[in-house]
Amino acid sequence: MSYHSLSDASAALRDGSVTSRELTDAALDRASKTEAELHAYLTLDHDGARQSADAADAAFAAGRDSGPFQGIPVAIKDNLVTRGIETTAASQILAGYIPPYDGTAVARLKAQGAVITGKTNLDEFAMGSSTENSAFGPTRNPWNTNRVPGGSSGGSAVAVAAGSALVGLGSDTGGSIRQPAALCGVVGMKPTYGLVSRYGLIAFASSLDQIGPITRTVEDSVAALETLAGHDPLDATSYRGDVPDFRVGFDDGVAGLTIGVVRQLSGEGFEAGVEAAFRRTVDLLSEAGARVVEVSLPSLDVSLSAYYLIAPAECSANLARFDGVRYGLRHDGPTVEEMMTATRADGFGPEVIRRILLGTYALSAGYYDAFYGQAQKVRTKVIQDFEAAYEQADVLVSPTAPTTAFEVGSKTQEPLSMYLSDICTIPSNLAGDPAISVPVGLDDAGLPIGFQVMAPALGEAVMFRVARAVERAVAFEQRPPMLEVWS
Amino acid sequence: MPIDIDIAHVARLARLGLSDEELSGYQAQLGVILDHAARVQEFDTEGVEPTAHPLSMVNAFRPDEVRPSLDRREVLEQSPAHEDGYFRVPPHLETQ
Amino acid sequence: MNWEPVIGIEVHVELKTASKMFCGCRVDFGSEPNTNVCPVCLALPGALPVPNEQAIEWIVQIGLALNCTISPQSLFHRKNYFYADLPKNYQISQFDIPVCSGGFLDVVLDGETVRVAINRVHQEEDTGKSIHVGGGGRIHSAEATLLDFNRAGVPLVEVVTEPDIHSPAQARAYAQQLRSVIETLGVSDAKLEEGSMRFDANVSIRPQGDQELGAKVEVKNMNSFRSLERALAYEIVRQTELREDGQRIPQETRHWDEEAGITQGMRSKEGSSDYRYFPEPDLVPIVVSDEQRERIRSTLPELPHERRARYVDFGLDSHAAWVLVSGEDGLAGLFEDAVGLGADPKQVAKWLTGETTAYLRREDATIESRALTAAHLVEMTGMLAAGKLSASAAKEVLTGVLDGEGSPGEVATARDLIQMSDGAAIEVEVDAVLDSNPDALEKIRSGDMKPFGFLVGQVMRATSGKADPKVVNEILRNRASQ
Ligand SMILES: [Zn+2]
Repeated sequence: MSYHSLSDASAALRDGSVTSRELTDAALDRASKTEAELHAYLTLDHDGARQSADAADAAFAAGRDSGPFQGIPVAIKDNLVTRGIETTAASQILAGYIPPYDGTAVARLKAQGAVITGKTNLDEFAMGSSTENSAFGPTRNPWNTNRVPGGSSGGSAVAVAAGSALVGLGSDTGGSIRQPAALCGVVGMKPTYGLVSRYGLIAFASSLDQIGPITRTVEDSVAALETLAGHDPLDATSYRGDVPDFRVGFDDGVAGLTIGVVRQLSGEGFEAGVEAAFRRTVDLLSEAGARVVEVSLPSLDVSLSAYYLIAPAECSANLARFDGVRYGLRHDGPTVEEMMTATRADGFGPEVIRRILLGTYALSAGYYDAFYGQAQKVRTKVIQDFEAAYEQADVLVSPTAPTTAFEVGSKTQEPLSMYLSDICTIPSNLAGDPAISVPVGLDDAGLPIGFQVMAPALGEAVMFRVARAVERAVAFEQRPPMLEVWS
Repeated sequence: MPIDIDIAHVARLARLGLSDEELSGYQAQLGVILDHAARVQEFDTEGVEPTAHPLSMVNAFRPDEVRPSLDRREVLEQSPAHEDGYFRVPPHLETQ
Repeated sequence: MNWEPVIGIEVHVELKTASKMFCGCRVDFGSEPNTNVCPVCLALPGALPVPNEQAIEWIVQIGLALNCTISPQSLFHRKNYFYADLPKNYQISQFDIPVCSGGFLDVVLDGETVRVAINRVHQEEDTGKSIHVGGGGRIHSAEATLLDFNRAGVPLVEVVTEPDIHSPAQARAYAQQLRSVIETLGVSDAKLEEGSMRFDANVSIRPQGDQELGAKVEVKNMNSFRSLERALAYEIVRQTELREDGQRIPQETRHWDEEAGITQGMRSKEGSSDYRYFPEPDLVPIVVSDEQRERIRSTLPELPHERRARYVDFGLDSHAAWVLVSGEDGLAGLFEDAVGLGADPKQVAKWLTGETTAYLRREDATIESRALTAAHLVEMTGMLAAGKLSASAAKEVLTGVLDGEGSPGEVATARDLIQMSDGAAIEVEVDAVLDSNPDALEKIRSGDMKPFGFLVGQVMRATSGKADPKVVNEILRNRASQ
């Protein structure tokens, strides 16, 4: 028994053709068969999941229906705190840490009766694009286990792609939901900044971080965002207006819409297979009635530089709290200062240390204006560029990543080259705009390719509408071949 | 021009106890990354205001109301060391 | 050479909000350690700050009371430094755009007014508390540090002056009068001994007439107005001696040792001055509209300087007015009530700022703990005016009232202090004395006033000192001119 999506499973739960316990057992069973190879999860909560499943089934039996997530197995990225379930952000510094509270996104899912299968792997503190920077070992791509799943939400993307959860929660600071979704052949979306509360998300770069869903379908992405979005008094950056209707024109197709192809996001550095799939998809949208125009984001190139100053600067302060005093790892020393420096050097992995050093430097006396201050001005330019582009087009499109999944270990020695691979996804984080990745095909090596749709702030409805049209036009139905072996 | 970083000073500021070998490794990597990042300086931002935040929101406050605190036992259970209801750490070297 | 001290003062004031600055934990200093803590103020992973609206309203009040400009838009910044009692290892504070800037406080010292310029008033959060255990409790030999985060995140307002103060006495007067403003606003307990109001001072000296500032020394750990004054006096002498000796003054932080009466250099913190301020990305800007600002201004209570001016209008001298407003708690209330009941303001002020204040200092007591009421003051000043009490008897009566022996009338009666001010009764006594001393009367009548004092003394003796000397004088003068 296998359900393709949240909406399928949700319907089946309601017509009685399946129970939450069956769905949950199926997800956990899949995990037991795949985890040795994929390592999508850092923690599997068998007991908790089964208890929640039984509670959901009891609710259905009693005629209670709290929403689409009732009884649905969901995997949570391990940088989202979960009350009573170990939460590590894939860092040694938090090994064994049990949070005393649920983050708001998790609480909203639980309030609907979702079943938390466990906590998924990530690049330590979400810093990375391959899920190789996990202190507890890398996650592998289910399409080819020699390849990375992308990152940093690699674990959640893999859990959804491999069927050990129907929905995964991720976080996206520079593409950490969309890029692994693209590399794993699933749908990943980053909402408008502020739409989903960050309370309970272990901060990487506060002004860029957003929580979002990884799903099998665009419809599921909408349902998930409807559950997650909304003002939270515990997050001062949470959007206070009414949550827009994400379904306006959802099934209306793209006729009458203008699609802007970002000129700078093609050519050098983009794999031929990725470019071909992207062009094919744009042609399909054009055939479906969209007007296609080329738009330019002149600051795109320099936006990467700005990102790699802003994100490390914020992270250098966000990660200062990990000091061995109140929780997590402690490496003892004769004085509290020595304890802190030893704990932090021991507890953080090299990528995290690299970014803390980079951010500390960028903020330090004498360099602030040249680096951080200037990067914030570039950010303004990026926003202005997007505004100008949205005067010409309803949405902007690009490949989600310049390449398909690369080989495990191939880029770990070149941090800069890894950073440059985030060029397609970073601008939306700097602007705070929503963006989604939809799978649109496989390359010659049989690896998935993602198509990114970007929209202006709070423009989720038009973004989903185009993404849905892409999904229909492309009809991407392939599954990882290994699933046959694992099921 | 490779950017020359006083990496030991930066590591001290960040409370990262790294060996000399680690420090020189990071120094080289950061030099390369900062070379790239320094391109923000070439960008003409004359008259451009910085953006600290993608939202143009202001005044997000909470009312002055007391909310329940955490259970101390649960909090201290997560700590590496505690004593008589306090978190315990090695002594300070410096005074503030 | 003449050296001019240049002093700037930073005052931290803990606001008495119900909950902390960025979370809902209770602000309460009597609680068991680590019981008023939550994910936010313990900096647990994933927690986010949300500012307390009351604190923002109060800092605007403070700014307005100190004649500051209120920024239409201000920002929170992160001030980065590692310290075990600072859970996030950064403090949410303000940097380039504080809520309030550019104000002043007019300080009265020895009857003169000195204007102290305020550079800024900004909002931040407090740290936790450390206890050093083992090694006899001394910091440098402690075996461990115990941390309590109940205070972490309590709203703090920092008031920073310009280097505008030129003597320890001025510094003390500024601190006292600032406290009086804060108390009047009712936004803080402002208790020095409990640390809800704390001072740091920057001190340097320069040759008289120079404009350039010398290397500044930051002095910390002054827990009373007196220790502020003493520490500054010590520091100025220390710096002057070094300079006279041709030495340079290093920029440093020094700790005031109350017992030893000296300041001592603290072990310097490596790199601690690089706070790497940047805008706090978890928070959005604070906007105070003109309308809000004026609404807050309209709710300000009468401020000490305004009250002082009103008291001067009552005919009080500026010192008495200052003592009433800024001296012992509760004096001004008693004064206002007694005047409201019809007492002579100057008389009431004299007894409150003189004997009552001296009594409270002597007894180390507060006015609230004593039985003195406005009605008592009305009664006592009335008795004085009617001649029923002599000035020295009144002192005794006031002490008795303060001691709880009853109303002034009751105390005076019980202690047999009522003056004989009945003219007819005194006339009888005067006439008896004159009868026994006809020569003296004659001399006075012939213009020799020498025996006058002697006659007064005789009357006072005859009445065991209870006759009102004014009345005795008057009757004697009458008799002499007959
Ligand atoms: Zn709290």
